[in-house]
Parts: sequence; structure tokens; C-alpha cells
Amino acid sequence: MSGDIRELYQQMIMDHNKNPRNFHALKESNRNAEGYNPLCGDHFKVFLQMDGDVIKDIAFEGAGCAISKASASMMTTALKGKTRQEARALFEEVHKMLSRRIGEVFDASKVGKLATLAGVCEFPARVKCASLAWHTMCEALEPTGKQVTTE
Amino acid sequence: MEPSTGAKAFDVEAIRKHFPILKERVYGKPLTYLDNAATTQKPQIVIDTLSQFYSRENANIHRGIFCLSEQATKRYKSSRHRVQEFLNAGSDKEIIFVRGTTEAINLVVHCYGRAFLKAGDEVLITGMEHHSNIVPWQMLAEQTGIRLKVAPINDRGELETGEFKKLLTGNVKFVSIVHVSNALGTINPVKELVRLAHEAGAVTLVDGAQAVAHTAVDVRDIGCDFYAFSGHKLLGPTGIGVLYGKKELLEKMPPYQGGGDMIRTVTFEKTTYNDLPYKFEAGTPHIAGVIGLGAAIDYIRSIGLDKVEAYEQELLKYGTEQILQVPGLRLIGTALKKSAILSFVIGEAHAHDIGTILDRQGIAIRAGHHCAMPVMQRFNVPATTRASLAFYNTKEEIDRLVAALHEVTEVFR
Repeated sequence: MSGDIRELYQQMIMDHNKNPRNFHALKESNRNAEGYNPLCGDHFKVFLQMDGDVIKDIAFEGAGCAISKASASMMTTALKGKTRQEARALFEEVHKMLSRRIGEVFDASKVGKLATLAGVCEFPARVKCASLAWHTMCEALEPTGKQVTTE
Repeated sequence: MEPSTGAKAFDVEAIRKHFPILKERVYGKPLTYLDNAATTQKPQIVIDTLSQFYSRENANIHRGIFCLSEQATKRYKSSRHRVQEFLNAGSDKEIIFVRGTTEAINLVVHCYGRAFLKAGDEVLITGMEHHSNIVPWQMLAEQTGIRLKVAPINDRGELETGEFKKLLTGNVKFVSIVHVSNALGTINPVKELVRLAHEAGAVTLVDGAQAVAHTAVDVRDIGCDFYAFSGHKLLGPTGIGVLYGKKELLEKMPPYQGGGDMIRTVTFEKTTYNDLPYKFEAGTPHIAGVIGLGAAIDYIRSIGLDKVEAYEQELLKYGTEQILQVPGLRLIGTALKKSAILSFVIGEAHAHDIGTILDRQGIAIRAGHHCAMPVMQRFNVPATTRASLAFYNTKEEIDRLVAALHEVTEVFR
């Protein structure tokens, strides 16, 4: 097996894929949004329970590949308790990490455990998978009324 | 000497040398191209024909009175004749050049459907159609009020012919069916289905996109009114395809698009239309594509579609046996009569993750819904991974696929 495949499908990602965290609908949610990539079929709904400007709770449901599901799961654990501004800032950092040029360094300290997803940039066709839940979360946070897709 | 069967006499190594791309390497691995249902690779003779045309022969057709234009016109016509022979059509006037299967079906829906089907009429398709044989009919339904009916498929992915017969009532005026399913590999008994449709008084179209490169097609034997295929799935260029239609139907249909070539005379008051096949070919056509398609047809006929079919069936048998050794793998599409397509799911592994892992081994397969979402819904899977074989594939390539699938199961343990 090649090294970059091992890096892409490392244990933490496979664990979040198999046992996704916060993987359920959220009855108390006051914001939600749906993201869908029609070409590949990845389809997620992200639920937010906002308490003022703070994400009191966050959950997701849907189906997709290991990368999209693990990214969504890790996102929910990273954003619980964060403010709207903090969530936006983390989204920007994750976006930078995923869409950076191959070999370009990034500041892993800004994304914490999400750095596990850093290897995705080696697989340009899969960046859309890792970013789908994040864009869906942004739409829930600050609705634009647009259909969320990363294809 | 060993007795030689058709398949053994088939020299795949010699054939592979005709396809320059098969020497390519991907991520340092030899390219294993198993996405032939999406598009086939091109033999050198097709590439050379295109290059030769643009380097030395390019001119518009049906216009110039100069040497090059006359030659281009002659070669264009000669390709039409080759397609006629290839399909065993009665006349080359029945061969319409279009962009591909999708446009061929849209042409029939647009020109036949809008003119001759009315509100309340029914169109019958099968549960294994490609989106290109579903969506144009749905659009027609919105425009005219026709109704679309779907004949179901069984758990092996075969058409339920009993149900098909039951659905063929007096209101069914058109039956549009796929010859070989791109998502499942199922080969439909099109001759029988066309006969039943005709008995019920319906006009018939057969989508041959996945058939023409894998089995000999005889439109007069099938008896269908329309037959559609794409050049690029038949070793030819992209952007060129064929609609075969029976002359009496094509003649009574209104033209498709308006423009040059499809007219006889034009005044601002009235235009009269050209004869078949030009009535349906407005504007400068894809001349190089048509000539390239002619070269592709010559090539595959020189190999022999009977040999191609026998060899691919042997590959399918071997591939099916080997791939079923992969733990947790389930084939989607196990029809008794099947083309060399292996569509499958593996446990919880998503098709796109499988695709990525295979890609790094140089293996090109398709992962997704294969533009046949209703088929995915029928089998209750979001997507499948599909290896689709051609006559230049080898057992060794199947072994590579199976080894890489074992890797997938390691990752997704």
C-alpha cells in the first residue's frame, strides 16, 4: 500500500468513519442546512443549536465516503462550544489546509486534531469530500439560501 | 498442439500494441484501464486518421468545388456507408450522425415524440435505463402530458419480462429500452422485447451505447425502429454518435435543428427541407469525428466482434470468479446474460474510497451512480464501483484489480 494512501486513511479517520460522533438529528437545533454533491452522492445535514453566538450543540446525519463522513464527525467535535467567529475562523484554516498546494506547509497548531485531514490535499479529487460538511455548517451558521455543494 | 478455441486464438498482446495509451504509467504503475463503459481507448489507426485528416485533408463537406472538399465529402459519405454495414441497416439514408447516444435519444423524443405522441399516450422504459433514456421522456411528459411507465427488474438485475408484457397496454405508443445496462451489465433480449412492443402497436428505440463495441448488432434482425450509439464507446472519437431510424419514420418526422445542409431551398417566406439523412444534420457536422468513427468501425470489424465477444465473456467469467474471493464483496448485477461489467460494493467501504485506493495502483474504474440513480435505488446502494472490460484487457489486469481490492478490505477492516 502506498504511503499517501496510509496517510489518507489513517486510524483516526477510519475511526471517525466507523463510529461517527454526534451522528444524529438534533431536536433542539435552531439552525440547520443540507449539503449535497450530486455527482458523487455525498449528502449530509448539519444541525446547530445556537445559544446567542455560541454553538451550544452540533450534530450531523447523512451518508458519504469515509473522508466526508470523518471530516463531518471531526468538525462536530471541534466546534461544540465555539462562538460563531471561532467557527468561521476554523473553517478558514481548514479550507486553507485542504486546498493548499501539494508540499506547501501549513500551521497545524491552528487546526488541532483536524490536521489528520492534511493529507487530503494530495488527492485533489477528494478535497470536495472533506469540505462538504464544513460548507454545510457555514450555511447553517450564516444562511445565504444557496444550495450547498462543493462539486 | 492444443486445440484452439476462439478465445485462445485471440492474441490480446498483439491487440494491446494497437492502443498506445495502454503503455502509459500512472503513479509509477502500469495503467490498468477498466473504465471502458465510460469510454473506450483509441487504437493508433483512429488517432492517425484524425491527425491525417486535420494535417492533410481538412475541408468542409458538401460545399467546395475543390479537390479537398470533394475528398472530405467522399470520406464522410463512406463512413456513413460503413456504419450502415456495421448495423446491417437497409440504407445509408437511415444513418443520422449526432453527437452521441444522448443526442440520438433526444432527437427521437424531440422530433418523433413531440410530433406523434399526445397527452395520455404512454412511453414504456425499463428500470435499468441510463438517465439519458429517462430524463428526455420526463421533459416530454412535462411538455405534452404523455405518461412514463417503468418495467421493473429483478434481484439479478434482469428485466421482469412478465411485468413488461403486462405494462404493454393499448396506451403504450413508444417503448424505449437499453440493449446492455451500463450499471449492471445485463443484456436485454431486445429482439423479443421489440417484437412484443410492435405487437402492441408501439414504436421502439434501443439504446445501444454499451452494446456496439461488445457484440455484433443487426438492427434489421432486432427489428427496432430506432437504434442509438456513441462513437467514443466504440474506439472512436468523442462528440460523434449515430441514430439509426427506419426510413418511413424518419421521413415523416419534422427536422431536428434548422440551418445549413438540412435545407433544399430557403426564401424569407418558405423553406423546403433536404432529404434523408441531411434533414437531421443541420450545420457543419463533426467531419473528422465521422471519418474517425469509420476507421474505428473498420478496425473492430477486422478483429471480429464474434471474437471480441467470446474473449470478453471469458474475461467476465474469470473476473467474476476472482472478484468474489474478495471478503465482503457483493456483485450488483448478476444477470444470466451479461456483458463484461463487474459492478460491486464492499462492506462499508464507499465507492469513492475504493476508487481512490485503486487509482494509486494505476487502476482506472468508475465509482458512483453511473448516471443510473434509479438502479442504485433499486439495489438500495448509494453507489457502486464498476470495472468494465474491453477486448484489450487481460486476466493479469483482473488479478491487479483483485489484489488492490484486498488492500481496500485491509483499510476498511
